Amino acid sequence: MSGSAAKAMRGGDLTLLWGLVVLVAILSILPLARLVIEGIAPGGAVSSGVIGSVLSDPTTWTAVRNSLVTTLGGTVLAVVIGSIVACFVALTDMRARNAFVFCFVLPLMIAPQVTALAWLQVTGPSSALLKMLGLAPPLGTRNPLYSAEGIILLLGIQYAPLVFLTLRAGLRALPKELIEAGLAAGAGKLTVLRTIILPLMTPPLVAGIALCFVSSLGNFGIPAFLGIPANYLVLPTLIYQRLAGLGPGVLSEVAVLSTLIGVIAMAGIILQDVMLRRRDFRITTTSTAARPFELRGWRLPSEILLWGLVLLILVVPLAGLLATSLVPSYGVPLNAATATFENYDYVMFDHAGSRRAFANSFGLSAAAALVIVVVSVPLAYFLVWRRSRMLRLLNLAAELPYALPGVVLAIAAILIFLKPLPVLGISLYNTIWIIFFCYVARFLVLGLRPVASGYHQLDRTLEEAAQVAGAGLIRRLVTIILPLVAPAATAGALLVFLTAFNELTVSALLWSSGNETLGVVVFSFEQGGDSTYAAALAVLTVIVTLALMLSTLLFARKLPQGVLPWRD
Amino acid sequence: MARLTIDRVSKNFGNYRALDTVSMEVRDGEFLAVLGPSGCGKTTLLRQVAGFDQVDDGEIRIGDTVVSDTRRHVPPEHRRVGIVFQSYALWPHMSVFDNVAYGLKVAGVKDPERTRRVKEALTLVGLETFAERRPGLLSGGQRQRVALARCLVTEPSLVLLDEPLANLDVHLRAAMEDEFARFHERTATTMIYITHDQAEAMALADRIAVMDRGRLLQLATPSDLFRQPANETVARFIGEGMVLPVEVGAADSEGRCQGRIQGLEVSLRASPLQKAGHAKVCLRARDLAIAGPGEAGLGAHIVRTVYQGGFFRLEASLVRAPDVTVHLEVPEPFHHGPGDIVDIAVHDGWVLPATTES
Ligand SMILES: Nc1ncnc2c1ncn2[C@@H]1O[C@H](COP(=O)(O)OP(=O)(O)OP(=O)(O)O)[C@@H](O)[C@H]1O
Ligand SMILES: [Mg+2]
Repeated sequence: MSGSAAKAMRGGDLTLLWGLVVLVAILSILPLARLVIEGIAPGGAVSSGVIGSVLSDPTTWTAVRNSLVTTLGGTVLAVVIGSIVACFVALTDMRARNAFVFCFVLPLMIAPQVTALAWLQVTGPSSALLKMLGLAPPLGTRNPLYSAEGIILLLGIQYAPLVFLTLRAGLRALPKELIEAGLAAGAGKLTVLRTIILPLMTPPLVAGIALCFVSSLGNFGIPAFLGIPANYLVLPTLIYQRLAGLGPGVLSEVAVLSTLIGVIAMAGIILQDVMLRRRDFRITTTSTAARPFELRGWRLPSEILLWGLVLLILVVPLAGLLATSLVPSYGVPLNAATATFENYDYVMFDHAGSRRAFANSFGLSAAAALVIVVVSVPLAYFLVWRRSRMLRLLNLAAELPYALPGVVLAIAAILIFLKPLPVLGISLYNTIWIIFFCYVARFLVLGLRPVASGYHQLDRTLEEAAQVAGAGLIRRLVTIILPLVAPAATAGALLVFLTAFNELTVSALLWSSGNETLGVVVFSFEQGGDSTYAAALAVLTVIVTLALMLSTLLFARKLPQGVLPWRD
Repeated sequence: MARLTIDRVSKNFGNYRALDTVSMEVRDGEFLAVLGPSGCGKTTLLRQVAGFDQVDDGEIRIGDTVVSDTRRHVPPEHRRVGIVFQSYALWPHMSVFDNVAYGLKVAGVKDPERTRRVKEALTLVGLETFAERRPGLLSGGQRQRVALARCLVTEPSLVLLDEPLANLDVHLRAAMEDEFARFHERTATTMIYITHDQAEAMALADRIAVMDRGRLLQLATPSDLFRQPANETVARFIGEGMVLPVEVGAADSEGRCQGRIQGLEVSLRASPLQKAGHAKVCLRARDLAIAGPGEAGLGAHIVRTVYQGGFFRLEASLVRAPDVTVHLEVPEPFHHGPGDIVDIAVHDGWVLPATTES
């Protein structure tokens, strides 16, 4: 069948398809292949010298251990928070669900480095917020977040929404008969939860855990802000320090390190696969999802508890961030006399680097979003409507750069673009284009997924009707399909924009003077001790993020369910 | 307008043979209905003709052009066929006018001409006042008509309709049937009309193709199909035919022959080539009646009587062969009930030609 579908394609269609195949290969397979080659043949000559020296270096193994400790700790915390909240949201009759989901998922959309910065403003002796409340610890006290525990806490908070989202999707697909059958058999609600619901939720839970594991492993912002000051290095920060300290000379070495991260991430993904293959979790009936558990008298206390959680993980840190951004210098308590907008003034109008960063981040994110949508609409067309084995592999290839930690892609991009491009003779290294390349490669799948679910909702005969009317593929894509998948494509573009806008991992490794992103500037402000400027800039990015998220609510009704993570 | 030739076409989905060496010839200007139970491959056949799939074997020609065979495949956009989908497939983001105009735009027809033709097509289906509406605001029947107008505006040589009335209620169906018939009369376009509704097919079509499990069983005029089914499956499928074993004598040149059904002597229709021997006979409900006084009949136990307004539908099993059930209509008044024995006279029947059908 797949063969005949491919045969049925002619001329123009085939050109377009091969164009997309080549593009995806360049974005995903080329970088990873280049990275692996560098590991085997550093600098072009086959040798095991670099691998040997990296693997025998005790710093490597300290970083691996630290990475595993923080990643596993963060994952456990995220799973505990995420699954409890998912059960409440999906299974009970709590009120104001939409608002709650929006707030709970927000930390996922806020940049990790902003989360880190915000939390630092709540706990340290110089915290403007604590000083305002008179709760600040005495000067000289170490900020308790500069530690492995601090990293674990923030990773857990950052990625709890990931577990929440996968689990909620699973719970939604759970037919109510399965629960009712358990209740009818005389089991109590908690017994049903323990013996029926949770076992059936193993696949989404495991998927959520894997996602959380890989994301925590690749996270750079949180260990950079919390670990580097305490000299507690994980793999991404180790790579960053090596590269920042010594420049491209150490490329082969960091290539080995990032392959190492890649391998650990893959191990997590494969483990997930193995765990799920052992048992049969298939759900056989299809019917509407249930919200079977009435909380009754527990409703108000539960709601208070859940909103308390939001207060703790969202409101308090953001308040700390806001407070710091409003004081004239770090350590000054915030009150009516000291409050000032000077920091905002400075980062928006005076500081050349941060002004450039606004332009760069906006430009990069918008361009990446645009390019990704333009690629995703035809790509999803083939993936969803012309299924074949080759296309399944293509889909997998498109997922890879996002599934693997960002440093992996960044180092691979350096390897590819360090030398001028063959034939063209242009060098992308140290330009903004190398960041752009990585953004498109890494976030392609974020745009692709919503567009693909848009296609799944579309009746294929709408396209076929245009086909018999004589319209060629490109024309059908532009006049029929694009308008119909436009809401999903817009959602995809927004997801790409928001993610790229808040991005730090890739740009921290790839930026050059004049090509800073907002994440990089926040990071360097904080590293230079200018926490107030860092806070002001971070508040601005949060405002942009929030505004864009809220804007999506205007057209959310036209979207397939589950496309926007922050919508219930 | 064009002739359509489907020559030994097969189509597989994995191991499943959705079309099995189907051949048919549709004449220029003919209205052909394709009839068959759900899942028998009607839509699949249509999709091969429209070019959405590639055939695995055989050949399809429109006019004299080969559009599909195992090597060649003219894509749908170059076949100049019109199609009306079961789901209508109207583009929700375009007005009725733009929906209809689309094919002309694609073909590069410029404006005064284009608007004129769109208006004409909309007038033809009685929707000229709805041009600016979005399809979402139309009723089911109106949507159906827009889909028809969209399909006809480019004057395709061949029009394919996949259960176009399946989503409409009974009244609208009748009205649309009329409209199709009138339309076909006026334009004389070659039409292939898929349906699983026998009455619809009988009412509209010049000829009917009956399909089952991917195979073409018979292609004939409605009357031939009803009076002279080619085999047992068609006989049972069309008009609820009853198939009984019979001993026949050789047929005369007019196609009449004598037969014996469970010992009852009857006069039957048959192919003039019918030889004497064992055979099967197709009986229609209207061929049967309660035997009059002195008339010979088949003794049968009444199994069920269902009142259907003015007459009863009677189901009975033969006394001599209890596994054979027959059904017939008897007028009111009728005072027998389940368990009673009646004599059933057989006035007519069609001897099924010996076939290779498995
Ligand atoms: N793309 C496909 N892949 C696999 N099997 C298919 C595909 N399309 C159709 N089939 C199978 O081929 C058979 C014929 O399907 P088809 O749609 O032609 O039936 P149909 O006669 O139109 O039925 P209906 O009256 O229900 O519309 C069915 O068994 C169907 O499941
Ligand atoms: Mg069908």
